Amino acid sequence: MAELATTLHLYRVLAVAKVRADWQYRSQFLLYMTTQFFITFLDFLQIAVIFGAVDSLAGWSLLEVVFLYATSGMAFYLGDAFISQVERVGGYIKAGTFDALLIRPAGTLVQICANDFAFRRLGKLLQASIVMVIVLARLDVEWTPGRLVVFALMIPSGTVIFSSIWVIGASITFWTVDSGELANTFTYGGNFATQYPLDILGTWLRRFLTLVVPTAFVNYFPALYVLGKPDPFGAPGWVRFISPLVALTMAVAARAAWTGAVRHYRSTGS
Amino acid sequence: MRLYWEVLRRGFRRYSTYRAATLAGLFTNTVFGFLKAYILLAVYEQRDVVGGFDATDAVTFSFVTQGFFVMLGAGHLELADRIQSGDVVTDLYRPVDLQAWWLAQDLGRIAFQVALRGCVPFLVGSLVFDLDITSDPALIAAFALSALLGIVVSFGHRFLVTLTTFWLLDYRGTSQVATVVTMFFSGMILPIGFFPDWLEALARALPYAAMLQLPVEVLLGKHTGSDLLALLGVQVLWAVLLLAGGRVLLSAASRKLVIQGG
Amino acid sequence: MTAVIELDRVSKDFVVMRKKGRLRRERMTVAAVDDISLRIDTGELVGYIGPNGAGKSTTIKMLTGILVPSSGTVRVVGLDPQRRRVELASRIGVVFGQRTQLWWDLPLIDSFDLLRHVYRVPADRHRANLRRFVDLLELEPFLHSPVRQLSLGQRMRGDLCAALLHDPAILYLDEPTIGLDVVSKARVREFLAQVNRDEGVTILLTTHDLSDVERLCSRLVVIDHGHVIHDGTVAEIKTMFGDTRTVVVDLEEAGPSLVVPGAEVVEVDGPRQWLRFRRSEVTAAEVIAAVVGQARVRDLSIEEPDIEDVVTRIYTSG
Repeated sequence: MAELATTLHLYRVLAVAKVRADWQYRSQFLLYMTTQFFITFLDFLQIAVIFGAVDSLAGWSLLEVVFLYATSGMAFYLGDAFISQVERVGGYIKAGTFDALLIRPAGTLVQICANDFAFRRLGKLLQASIVMVIVLARLDVEWTPGRLVVFALMIPSGTVIFSSIWVIGASITFWTVDSGELANTFTYGGNFATQYPLDILGTWLRRFLTLVVPTAFVNYFPALYVLGKPDPFGAPGWVRFISPLVALTMAVAARAAWTGAVRHYRSTGS
Repeated sequence: MRLYWEVLRRGFRRYSTYRAATLAGLFTNTVFGFLKAYILLAVYEQRDVVGGFDATDAVTFSFVTQGFFVMLGAGHLELADRIQSGDVVTDLYRPVDLQAWWLAQDLGRIAFQVALRGCVPFLVGSLVFDLDITSDPALIAAFALSALLGIVVSFGHRFLVTLTTFWLLDYRGTSQVATVVTMFFSGMILPIGFFPDWLEALARALPYAAMLQLPVEVLLGKHTGSDLLALLGVQVLWAVLLLAGGRVLLSAASRKLVIQGG
Repeated sequence: MTAVIELDRVSKDFVVMRKKGRLRRERMTVAAVDDISLRIDTGELVGYIGPNGAGKSTTIKMLTGILVPSSGTVRVVGLDPQRRRVELASRIGVVFGQRTQLWWDLPLIDSFDLLRHVYRVPADRHRANLRRFVDLLELEPFLHSPVRQLSLGQRMRGDLCAALLHDPAILYLDEPTIGLDVVSKARVREFLAQVNRDEGVTILLTTHDLSDVERLCSRLVVIDHGHVIHDGTVAEIKTMFGDTRTVVVDLEEAGPSLVVPGAEVVEVDGPRQWLRFRRSEVTAAEVIAAVVGQARVRDLSIEEPDIEDVVTRIYTSG
């Protein structure tokens, strides 16, 4: 616990320093943040256009799909803002600057994520949050305590799941420096896939997103419970509640992957 | 001409050497092809034809268009960095045409990537879905020509966006906005036949459709005879207009450089 | 004396892929450091030199915990860098001459404050250290300027301060004077000597600039091809490898090269000639006598080899 507190403290101190450095170029900073805000409307437009052609998608209404969009977006963009910087580690290794992280008395992961913290990415989070507020106001859900709890845990669990995928993907680049885009498939692809109900995907892809890269737990399974929808594939009922556990497992795996990657780096050099 | 051919070949070779990155990219394109195909198929659960596309057309579209992502995914050219850093001054003193140079470079890069990143997802996709692709050599030739024109139109647009750096001094914001607009109106996000009528009419009146939607329509055999010629004519028109616009902007930028002394 | 750095039969192998033919590649193991044993005591100021690729930076990386040795044991301030990297990191300071550790876009003082958090230095100790080093390094005039605006010399002084704020027991310096002008170089050297003398900080210095070594280091370790090929004082190394002397004679008039038994004319420039000889074979007096016997000499001097020559000779012979 004390370790977590010092890590968070260090993250905050370093991230604030980065924001202050970025603020020196404030016109670019603001322009970029604004465009980041608008760029997220692209996925949203896709949903809007699709629902111009049909009234529902695999039994999901527009509002329900937008609920998936908002939960996926908030979880993804939180990870994007605070952890996704780790995908730059390949550049650190190529430039030899990873060494500079190892000579400091702090974890390498927290240093990378905090050193490259980009406040402007929060523009995307803002967009997803606004959509979330709107959809919550219009969604016809009977909020039982159980649903509230499951909903409250969705975003943190989803954030941890996406963040873990980022960290695992970055860990792989310690072995194959050019494979950065591979990790994107699972992060950006995961974000894209979780904007739609899992029902529409082919069986193999559905299984993959449930069992291998478990982004289905970011929002689909808990959303079935919160929205009171039946599971067309008849997964056991408890699957709807285990997102926090999946997130914890992913976090443990990510930690192991990163530790292994750094150990590999320290034994082979760059 | 010989010079630009050499530049084109170098561009092609340079990007074909990043093997690991290309493999990773192919994987990404294939996965996104599947995701898009499944989303569109969900729509076809309820409708037989949307905007002139049946389910097979839409799924074919999802995979073939993946190749174009490399071209549409960035709103600017690497030239933008040289403009921002001021290095472009040396380029302007060279006895080559800046626009032709970068067009050659871009064609060399894009043609390879579009072909490779379109074919592989398509082949993988055809293992899972019934994909419909013509075996008529005339139609394939027409598609190749139309796709090439699409790349030139896209280049013309990216060249214009890149040149704004001369005045705005930074290109990232502009480039991002350009990317969003291009992705949406070119049909990369959804075939523009899915749009509401008024939006589709707007999309067809803009140059973006000529970058992606039109070439793929050619491949799917939606245009024949004089209709096909008219479509190619529209693409040529956009290519000429955008390239000419680029020349005008480039000479204005050069004048600005001369006056300000870099 | 207690040892702060101990290397016992340490080796570090790297696997490299070598191109073989068009597509095939072959795995090869290369020993960057090969069976090195070394002991450095508290308060020493050691120069660690060798040609590029000799294994210098690999050694430093093992001492800082960046790299783990393939075999052998490393102890730094009693810790195993492999297992206790984080703990070790707060006991050492590192300066890379070509790469700054400071925050590029922030005022210099902010970097120091950030490092206080990174190293978790108590506020009062940080304040006292900062005051001392700011005075010593004369950082005050540019303490509030963004690092990107500092000159190379100012930045190096900033980096030195940054590396010392957490009271490290050891300071590793990699090319600390590279690119600096003469005045800045002198200032950096003076500061290092002072820190070593007054604060008792053990310093290990890698450099290509041998004048650094000559001015600063009491001990010199020379490494080549992963082996330590010499370990001793600068004076020792000169007597061991610096057996040659050069007699420089200015003749009354330019003439043909002199012929002196046991010596060799290495350069002729008008009336001036350079004759090199080995002290073990012939004495300076004998060489001079032979010269005077052959030509009219206006002036004459004997040159000691400088360390650069000595080291070049070690590399080429080793």
